[in-house]
Amino acid sequence: MSADITELPLTLRGRLKMALAPRIRELRFSLHLLSKSASSIAGLVLLIFFLILALFPSLFAPARGVDPYVIPFDATHPFPEPPGSEGFPLGSGPYGYDIYYGIIWGARLSMVFAIVVVGISVLIGTILGLIAGYRGGVIDELIMRITDVFLSIPFLILVIAIAAVLGRGLDSSLKAMIVVFWSGYTRIIRGQVLAVRENAYVDAARAAGSGELRIMFRHILPNSWAPSIVQATMDMGTVVLVLAALSYLGLGAEPGTAEWGAMVQEGADWMVAGKWWMVFFPGLVISLFVLGFNLLGDGMRDILDPKMRR
Amino acid sequence: MTYIIRRLLLLIPVLIGVSILTFFIINSAGDPVTPYLQNPEHTTPEQRQLIIEKYHLDEPPYIRYFYWLSNVLHGDLGYSTEAGGLPVTEAIAKKFPATFELTLIAMFFSIVFGISLGTISAVRANSPVDQSTRILALIGVSIPVFWLGLMLLYVFYYQFNIHDMMPAGRYSKPDFVDDDITFYTNFYLIDSILNGNPRLFWNVLMHLILPSITLAFASTAIIIRIMRASMLDVLGAEYVVSARAKGLPERVVIRKHARRNAMIPTTTVIGLSFGGLLGGAVVTETVFNWPGLGQWSIKAAQNLDTGGIMGFTLLVAIIYVLANLVVDVIYAYLDPRVRLD
Repeated sequence: MSADITELPLTLRGRLKMALAPRIRELRFSLHLLSKSASSIAGLVLLIFFLILALFPSLFAPARGVDPYVIPFDATHPFPEPPGSEGFPLGSGPYGYDIYYGIIWGARLSMVFAIVVVGISVLIGTILGLIAGYRGGVIDELIMRITDVFLSIPFLILVIAIAAVLGRGLDSSLKAMIVVFWSGYTRIIRGQVLAVRENAYVDAARAAGSGELRIMFRHILPNSWAPSIVQATMDMGTVVLVLAALSYLGLGAEPGTAEWGAMVQEGADWMVAGKWWMVFFPGLVISLFVLGFNLLGDGMRDILDPKMRR
Repeated sequence: MTYIIRRLLLLIPVLIGVSILTFFIINSAGDPVTPYLQNPEHTTPEQRQLIIEKYHLDEPPYIRYFYWLSNVLHGDLGYSTEAGGLPVTEAIAKKFPATFELTLIAMFFSIVFGISLGTISAVRANSPVDQSTRILALIGVSIPVFWLGLMLLYVFYYQFNIHDMMPAGRYSKPDFVDDDITFYTNFYLIDSILNGNPRLFWNVLMHLILPSITLAFASTAIIIRIMRASMLDVLGAEYVVSARAKGLPERVVIRKHARRNAMIPTTTVIGLSFGGLLGGAVVTETVFNWPGLGQWSIKAAQNLDTGGIMGFTLLVAIIYVLANLVVDVIYAYLDPRVRLD
């Protein structure tokens, strides 16, 4: 007997459970697939490592000074010391510039920075892409022509130009990157929405009297976000890579900040004198951080692709 | 043909948008007079007034934009203090060849290695060759360009003592003097041959190796990945199966039937990675002290030389947009299905 679903005593919890059940099932299945892909696991391990560093930096390098993101000075060690020296496991720069300390607190800085840039960019991109794709017509044209402009300049160069006029500092790097990164998501989401809105279940929802907003957010968005999740995962790495480049070029973090690119910049001149560790370790950590997100993103692309899913 | 014309027409709104964006960026830098000052420290208030009148800088922004655009179209982009007070257009002309030579060689490297490694990787999927190529490609997109450059320098210059690889421009200055060389093309590899100077050729080549490897690495990785993926797609296609079934040698199947078709998506990515190369050139030139557009633009950005920033951004945007146009046209040529819609 098929009981009329509306007759069931529907508490809020019950309704929520019913609505979420298929999503949770799919999520479980995704995680199952993820656990079978070796490269995704490798990426995940790297990311968990960085996440622990980012969440509990004080466990590994107790905060020193007023601002923990500034690498502390120590006048008793005027010259760079090699890795393994007393008090400097990864070596130091001049005046006790502790590479290990910078790497630990740099993990927190990079993680927070990437989450903020990617989060805001995804939000802007999703809203604009959804409106453009769903509405179509003049609004679509307008939004997409503006998006095209941002995508028609190589992103590193656009970021550099904006960061330059905003002046050096982490907050201008942040703004410069958000100004550039939203455009990619707008294009991806809009492309997906165009395809998804033709589905029969969208017409069905409309016929059942769903409002525009409900259709957009309940029916179209959940079926459109997969490619942009992959993109966002990859961009977490890209953002850190671009921030490091900005700092290396003297347009990002102030010198002395526990930011990996700024640390490489600090060490570049000392490499001539054979002090390789000042450049090697921060650069290696950037690479591992970015590699982690790339591995995971790659794995997720295969998993979320409906053609390869089952 | 109509396809090309339609693509060209589509460029117009993009270019207008790019110009508005650039104008907006430069205007948020503050003083709109700056780009037009050849020597900011020795400018009298009267001269400033003259510049304001000449360029209509006292008008509101939306009117100023049109004056600015008309000046840009007439080739007047102001002056670049970072290029020693040269007009921006002359600075670009002077610094372009260094960047072009470097980018061209890097592009050549990444296309050759990207396509061949991507093909091998797909043909021998899951073999050790494939695994190591995939790891190489992943590393390529993950490591910072400047770090790769610095580490290469450390190994080859400081450890192996190869002094011709010194990060000091396009050839060793004390060994060769500008005045002794005639620069015909400003491509130093070609010029050294035209000068009949094999020692200079060798020197120029040695200076080019590390920067071009550094610059090529990331785009090689991107091309490997897309080439491998599209080769795998194509190798499962029916026309490949039928080519094999009619007894063609495997080499012919791979080269003529599979790779040609796999090249179609790869072409697009090569065009896109050109933008990455231009961005990478900025970083690479800074690491290797390469006297090109990238190094100039970074100095301009560091010292708020607005004329320089504006000129470089506009130039790169135009080159990139045109490169994508060329790619689309090649794409249409390679894939007849595109021309039909």
